[in-house]
Amino acid sequence: MTTTVQSNPPAIEVRDLVVRYGGGRRAMKTPPAVDGVCFDIAPGETLGLVGESGSGKSTIGKALLGLQPPTEGTIWLHGKDVTAASLKERRTLASELRVVFQDPYSSLNPARRIGQTLAESLRLIGIKGDAARARAITTLESVGLPSDSIERFPSQFSGGQRQRIAIARALVRDPNVLVLDEPVSALDLSTQAQVLNLLADLRDEHKLAYLFIAHDLGVVRFLAHRVVVLYRGQVMESGPVEDVTSRPRHPYSVALTAAAPVPRPAEQIDRRAHREALSVGSASTAPPDPKGCPFASRCPLADGQCHAERPMLRLIGGQRVACHHAEQVGVTWPPPPN
Amino acid sequence: MSSIRQAKHQRIPAFLRSWGGVFGAGWLIFMFLASITARWWRPYDVAEQDLIARLQGPSSEYWLGTDAVGRDLFSRVFTAGALPLQASAVMVLVAFGIGLPLILIAAERGGRVEEAIGRFAETIMSLPSTVILLAAIGAIGNRIYPVMMIFGLLVSAALYRILIGVAKSSRQHLYIDAARVDGMGSIRVNLAHVLPSMARPIAVQAAIVYAIGLLIINGLAFLGFGPGEPQPSWGFMIKDASDNIFNSPWMMVPPGVALSLTVMAANALADALAGPLGIPEYTPPKRRRTISASPAQQSEGTDNLALSVRDLSVVVEGGPTLVSGISFDLRQGEVMGLVGESGCGKTMTARSLLGLLPAGVEVSSGSIIWQGRQIAGLPERDAIKIRGREIAMISQEPMVALDPLFSVKSQLTRPLRRFRGVGRREARRIALELLRQVGIVDAERVLRCYPHQLSGGMAQRVAIALALTGSPKLLIADEPTTALDVTVQAEILSLLRALVAETGMSVLLVSHDLGVVADICDRIAVMYSGQVVEAGTVAEVLEDPYHPYTMALLGANPHVADDAPEPERLAAISGSVPPPGNWPEGCRFADRCQFAASECSVAFEPEPAHVDGMSLCIRTGELRRTGAQWAPEHRGAELAVESEAP
Ligand SMILES: Nc1ncnc2c1ncn2[C@@H]1O[C@H](COP(=O)(O)OP(=O)(O)O)[C@@H](O)[C@H]1O
Ligand code: SF4
Ligand code: SF4
Ligand SMILES: [Mg+2]
Repeated sequence: MTTTVQSNPPAIEVRDLVVRYGGGRRAMKTPPAVDGVCFDIAPGETLGLVGESGSGKSTIGKALLGLQPPTEGTIWLHGKDVTAASLKERRTLASELRVVFQDPYSSLNPARRIGQTLAESLRLIGIKGDAARARAITTLESVGLPSDSIERFPSQFSGGQRQRIAIARALVRDPNVLVLDEPVSALDLSTQAQVLNLLADLRDEHKLAYLFIAHDLGVVRFLAHRVVVLYRGQVMESGPVEDVTSRPRHPYSVALTAAAPVPRPAEQIDRRAHREALSVGSASTAPPDPKGCPFASRCPLADGQCHAERPMLRLIGGQRVACHHAEQVGVTWPPPPN
Repeated sequence: MSSIRQAKHQRIPAFLRSWGGVFGAGWLIFMFLASITARWWRPYDVAEQDLIARLQGPSSEYWLGTDAVGRDLFSRVFTAGALPLQASAVMVLVAFGIGLPLILIAAERGGRVEEAIGRFAETIMSLPSTVILLAAIGAIGNRIYPVMMIFGLLVSAALYRILIGVAKSSRQHLYIDAARVDGMGSIRVNLAHVLPSMARPIAVQAAIVYAIGLLIINGLAFLGFGPGEPQPSWGFMIKDASDNIFNSPWMMVPPGVALSLTVMAANALADALAGPLGIPEYTPPKRRRTISASPAQQSEGTDNLALSVRDLSVVVEGGPTLVSGISFDLRQGEVMGLVGESGCGKTMTARSLLGLLPAGVEVSSGSIIWQGRQIAGLPERDAIKIRGREIAMISQEPMVALDPLFSVKSQLTRPLRRFRGVGRREARRIALELLRQVGIVDAERVLRCYPHQLSGGMAQRVAIALALTGSPKLLIADEPTTALDVTVQAEILSLLRALVAETGMSVLLVSHDLGVVADICDRIAVMYSGQVVEAGTVAEVLEDPYHPYTMALLGANPHVADDAPEPERLAAISGSVPPPGNWPEGCRFADRCQFAASECSVAFEPEPAHVDGMSLCIRTGELRRTGAQWAPEHRGAELAVESEAP
């Protein structure tokens, strides 16, 4: 599924990323929001990033975008180290690396016309006046909005249309990497489908690489090629999206895939029985033992080793899994339906 | 929401649309212009004495009378305005010139930088400002401008305290992050995005501080630290007048009125800038239209029919219809899903059952028969007896149901004592029991918590426990899991299912997620543009949909079966739900329907469908005969230019 060509550097390369919020001694005591995360995204490839809220998905996106400085680790964009890029370097990077946020209501300045918002971004790279206007209109049309949108204010658009504007804002600089932080989570199902189709079209058309952050595995399965499952800032499992969703090898991935409800009642009855048989504990707020597996307090397979020793990512089949007992998953556990 | 936003873009600024704003701005501008030009048009020089005409009242010669040495009060009052109006403006500029950069830096950097600036501001604020001002005058003399600049420095610390919160919340807007991702520098981000979004609070504070400055300057003048004779100042003129209060009480009027009006004008401007408070106006519930239910409807159905809704319409008073003529039944112990895109009237339908419609929205016709009683449009005093006790509600945002100021214990025990008439200890015992019933293991600890200490899933559990305090027979759950993670959502759905089995209550679940409906509901009603377009059992409707809208919703769901391949494209529905008041004749879905034909544009009746359900599509029979399927749109269809209204 991955189409990495060895000679080309990945669009994004992240190694051992650690992000802590705040400074001082107190911050060192709380576990970091992102804890030793590694991944690559090839040009034109979509990497899904899933996990429950607070697992550090958005923080990884912010670190890539330079909105939150990494505590440790390195980020390369097209083979160039951008971990500590200065503002000036960021400005050139900004044309290659763009973002779409979750909340279409907060991501557009309500006091500015759509045209002004797009032009502001273009002015930073020296495109002004009629040229900027023409480019703004072309971009808006490419996301399915009429050209007179540039004269309107955000309040005159629906949620789905605003998300299209946010996508246009990202595309107007002709980037090749997009960070999509839950771009469809706030939308209705039908609008969500429109935006997902649009994102798929744009990716294929412009060979865009996506870091696609989501908490819904169904959505990730539609758009992503590969997926990284995150829990409390750590990678639990990663691999081709088909493999991870249809044959998860980490107990947490099993719980995640089982939890998503499908709109087919007969199938959903089986899935529910399957999920309830997993007996995965519910999320607790207690911090995990830093020595052991972060999932140990909820994991039905946890044993002494799990509490004492943090599992490293290992290659099993096509996936990388951080679990001491990954070999049992899908074999002796979960219990077969009866 | 949108009307408020749009109002902002009208020509006349909002603050000039109130009398206070017009008076405030008008008077300040008038006084400012009048006083700085006074030297060219005043009838007398400010120092010109007419010893024969001392302490006079208004006359044709001296319009506002004269003072103790026969100087013209009219000329003096207007001339005196120039100094305070300008010096106070300088003070405001200094205060904001120092304060705003500190506020913006602190809000941007946070952490230690913010802490340090905050401590600096605290220190300045703890200094006694009167003493400092007098000391400054002692050191540099009666020079008003430098003294007011020092005062501006002191004020900047107070501004910091007031505005830092505003600045920080303004930085939370994602468009700030988006601008930074664009590569915009810090100063530009602040000037282009942060400051404009703080404009209103800044303007309000500026007007307030300006009024304070006016008072301080004139207060100092009253104490003798003014511009010095013969230069006039309101403060000193008031002092002069109070010395002559028995000889000529009139003398107090011109400077007193000028000063009061000017200070009032600045304050009125501040009020007008602040705009109406964020509290919605209370409109007392109107006398509801009495709606008669025909007895035939009451006796209809089986004995375990809990709720029967017939031809229910909900309208905005004097405005469009939001829900038009919907009917459905709910049996005891049954879970029904109400699905559809947002804007289809799901929440309005659910709220009308509780008598909890927003102000100005009401049930206009139809009946809601609850346990054999007509409850549509019940007066508030009767509705309140049903709400919470017989019909309870949970919503998408559990935090809305929970009061941040009270512990979980007091929020649960209060309704328990009211609904069940039990004592304090008994209420506490039941509260613990309810928390355990909603799956909270450490109930004792949670009982002591405040809402902000709970995670989203935990808060929703507590909100459900709260809904259970009145032992309701019907629970209305409006998108109860939309804001939650899938794993937590699954737990809450299991909990709801267990509660239905245990207590035998019915649930009306509003959701846009067909997966959630498939998981928990027995029956389903699909809504579009204020109508039910398809109804039946969940198994029938979702496995074999009749109505094109239901087909489309299913096609838009990306959750394919585990072994099925992911579709190349999802079956999106082009366009969007038409807003109320803009519904087309005939089928309201026609604009977006792949099967729309000429017969769809005339009104038609629902067709029976499924075992005891319905489908509101005139082509139902034909579509089923031909086995029509909603097709995913072709590649690039989303790129077609849309012209729909929001
Ligand atoms: N600005 C911030 N300051 C302090 N902590 C934060 C901040 N933003 C996020 N966090 C914390 O970092 C962790 C990861 O958060 P986030 O990256 O937003 O997760 P996700 O996007 O997966 O929901 C959470 O524990 C969250 O509370
Ligand atoms: S390492 Fe142990 S606790 Fe962690 S997921 Fe695997 S089995 Fe569970
Ligand atoms: S009535 Fe016509 S337009 Fe409406 S859903 Fe049926 S086929 Fe489509
Ligand atoms: Mg997030």
